[in-house]
Formats: sequence, structure tokens, C-alpha cells
Amino acid sequence: MAAEQTIDALGQFKLDTALGPLGASVNFTQSNLMMLIASALILSLLYFGMRPKAVIPGRLQALAEIAYDGIYSMCHDQIGHEGRRFFPFVFTLFFFILMGNLLGLLPFSFTYTSHIAVTLSLALVVIVLTTVVALSIHGLHFFTYFFPAGAPKALAPLIIPVEVISYLSRPVSLSIRLFANMVAGHVMFEVFASFIVMMAAAGTFGVIGAAGPLALNVVLVGFELLVAFLQAYVFSILTCIYLHDAVHLH
Amino acid sequence: MRGLLASTGILLISSAAQAAEEKKGMPQLDFANPLTLSQVVWLAIIFFTLYLLLSRWALPQVAAVLESRAARIAGDLDAARDAKAAADGAVAELTAATRKAQAEAQASVSTAVDAAKAEAAVKANAASAKLEAQLAEAEQRIAAARAAALGALRGVAATATADVVTRLAGITAEPSTIEQAVDRALAARAA
Repeated sequence: MAAEQTIDALGQFKLDTALGPLGASVNFTQSNLMMLIASALILSLLYFGMRPKAVIPGRLQALAEIAYDGIYSMCHDQIGHEGRRFFPFVFTLFFFILMGNLLGLLPFSFTYTSHIAVTLSLALVVIVLTTVVALSIHGLHFFTYFFPAGAPKALAPLIIPVEVISYLSRPVSLSIRLFANMVAGHVMFEVFASFIVMMAAAGTFGVIGAAGPLALNVVLVGFELLVAFLQAYVFSILTCIYLHDAVHLH
Repeated sequence: MRGLLASTGILLISSAAQAAEEKKGMPQLDFANPLTLSQVVWLAIIFFTLYLLLSRWALPQVAAVLESRAARIAGDLDAARDAKAAADGAVAELTAATRKAQAEAQASVSTAVDAAKAEAAVKANAASAKLEAQLAEAEQRIAAARAAALGALRGVAATATADVVTRLAGITAEPSTIEQAVDRALAARAA
């Protein structure tokens, strides 16, 4: 802690049980509590937003409709006509990640997308889903995906391993991208915030100098808001692209 | 900018991770902690429940509203198209009626003109017939007057001839001879 003159940038990621002894008995963590809050926010946006069922939408209804339309057109543009089947999944994924990223920016909250176990699980769901979809649509023909048509047969020993590795690295890159972005942002918050406390403890000049890291943190909040949206978007659009590959095989 | 910040962040993580390594390391990689895995189990439950609620309940509501709006807009557009067609029909009807009325008016005007012309012609004919009759009557009267005058002239000429013969020749001519001579002279003059 700052009082001990060390920066504990990683303590914020430590898991604890939430909801008192009941949560502790089922190992319900504060990360899961944030997931519940995020889910409740998503559902209430749609419920309270769409409750008027107005032809001319109010602000909240417009927000809910923009959320729906944005993800729907992303699915439709990326995957094609079959995209509507996967729309609820992509919608869930995008808003689950977005809410996790945004809620994590609130003080005293917890960022569940900063846990590799969470992001990797989501990425594995995506990759298992795309593989199952591809196998169910194309059957064994799916495996031609690893050897592009028209490539010289002699290059097969080279191309096939490369394609398999690139396919298998999808969940890794997908999960680490989100995880690393969230962790980096939150570590920087913590480090600069610790600088403020440490400099302020150093005397008058330190108090003046503490304005520096404070200003940096203010800028960083705006930047992290961008990252929160961007990473949720990247995760879901890559999911759409993978689903497109699964449906159309290239 | 983003890359720089990200790399700074990773640098900070690694240094912080190194600093904390003596103690624990990154909590995210602490798989000895049962909470790391239990959060994944709860994640699966929460994510799947959220997916079910969204796909079965929340998203269809939005879809229903969007569809009803699209249907209403399409219906309004159809109604507008129908109204436009009706208006176009009414305009065409109006134009046709105007044209028909004009043609009828033209026809009745020309009929009236023809009737008036015919009536005028009949009146003119009657008037000219009457005038002609009057003319013929007048001519008859003139001819009668002339014949009467000529008859009187013959008597005068015969008397004058008898006088002239008596005075010049000293004879009294036969009135019948004189009358014959006068008739001959008159016939020669008339020819």
C-alpha cells in the first residue's frame, strides 16, 4: 500500500467472495456479482427502454433500439443472411463485455474482463460455437478450410500446420487482447493514483507535483472509456468474422 | 498512442508483477485459488442465463416494436399511395367532366346558332316572298295603267288622225280605216 511506499497495482484484481457467508459458501466472487449487475443493467435497459413500445421512441427506447440495430447490422453485414441466427449470442457477448469494461471503471468496483479465466472462457465459447456451426453446416468438408482450394499440393505440409495453428490461436488472441487491455488500463490507474498519494505525502512541492498524475488519470478515464467500447466491439466483430468463416468457409 | 500506452501498461504490469512476485504474482494467474475457477462456473451460469433471457424475452420485444414500426410505415406509405391514386383519379375525372361540359356547351351554342340562322332565313324568305308579291302586284298595276294609257292613246291618235285628214285632205275618212292605220303605226312603233 501507499503507506508502505510500495505500489500494489495488482491487488485490485484479487478475487474475494461476495454476498456474505451465503456467497462464500458457493464461492460466489465479487467478479460474479459484477456480472450479475451487468446482466441486470442490460436487461433493464431493454425492458424499461422498450416498455413504452412507442412508434416515435423516447431517449431510453432510442438507446435500446440503437443497441439492437447496431449489433443486428453488424451480424448481418459480417455474417450475411444467416447472421440473424447468431444475433442474440453476439448481442449478449458484446453487452456482457461492454458492461464489464464500463462498470470496472467505477471506483470500488471490479472488472471481470480483466481476468484471463473469464476472457478465455468467453473466447472458448466463441471458438467451440464456430467449430460446431462449421461442422454442422459443412460436415467433414469443413476440414478443407485448413487447405485453401487452388494451393499447390506440394505446400500442404507447410500450409496445413500454419492454418491449424492460426485457427487454434484465435481464442488465445481473442482472450489475451481483452484481458491485457483491461489489466493495463487498470494498472495504470492504480500506479498514477499511488503516485498522487505518495507525492502528496512528500510535502508542499509534492502536493503541487501531484497535479501531474492526477491530470494523467483524468485523461486516462476518457481513454479507458474508448478502450471499453473498442475492446467489446473488437471481440464481437471478430466473433462475427469467425462465424462468417464457419458459415461460408472463407 | 494506444500502442504506447498499452506497452507502458504491460511494462508497468511486468514490473509490478515482478515486485509482487515475492508475494503472490498476478491474482488472475493464481489457479491455486479456488475462486479463480468458481468464478468461471458462475460466469457460465450467468452468461447462459443472460443469453436465454435476451434471446427469448428481451430481444424479441425490441424486434416486435421495430417490426410494428416498419409495418406501420409501410402501411402509411401504402395509404399515401392509395390517396395519391384517388386524387389523380379525381383530377382525371374533373378534367374529363370539364372537357365534356365544354363540348356540350359548344354543341348547344352551335345548335342555337343554327336554329337562329334557320329562323332568320325563313323570315327573310317570307319577307322577300311578300316583297316579290307586292312587286308583282305593282308591276301588274303598272302594266294595267300602261295598257289603259295606251288604249286612251289609240282613241286620241284616231281622233287626231281623223282631224288631220279632214283638215289636210278635206275628206272625212272612214273611222274603221283610220283605226286600222293607227293600229298599224302603233304596231310598227311597238316593234
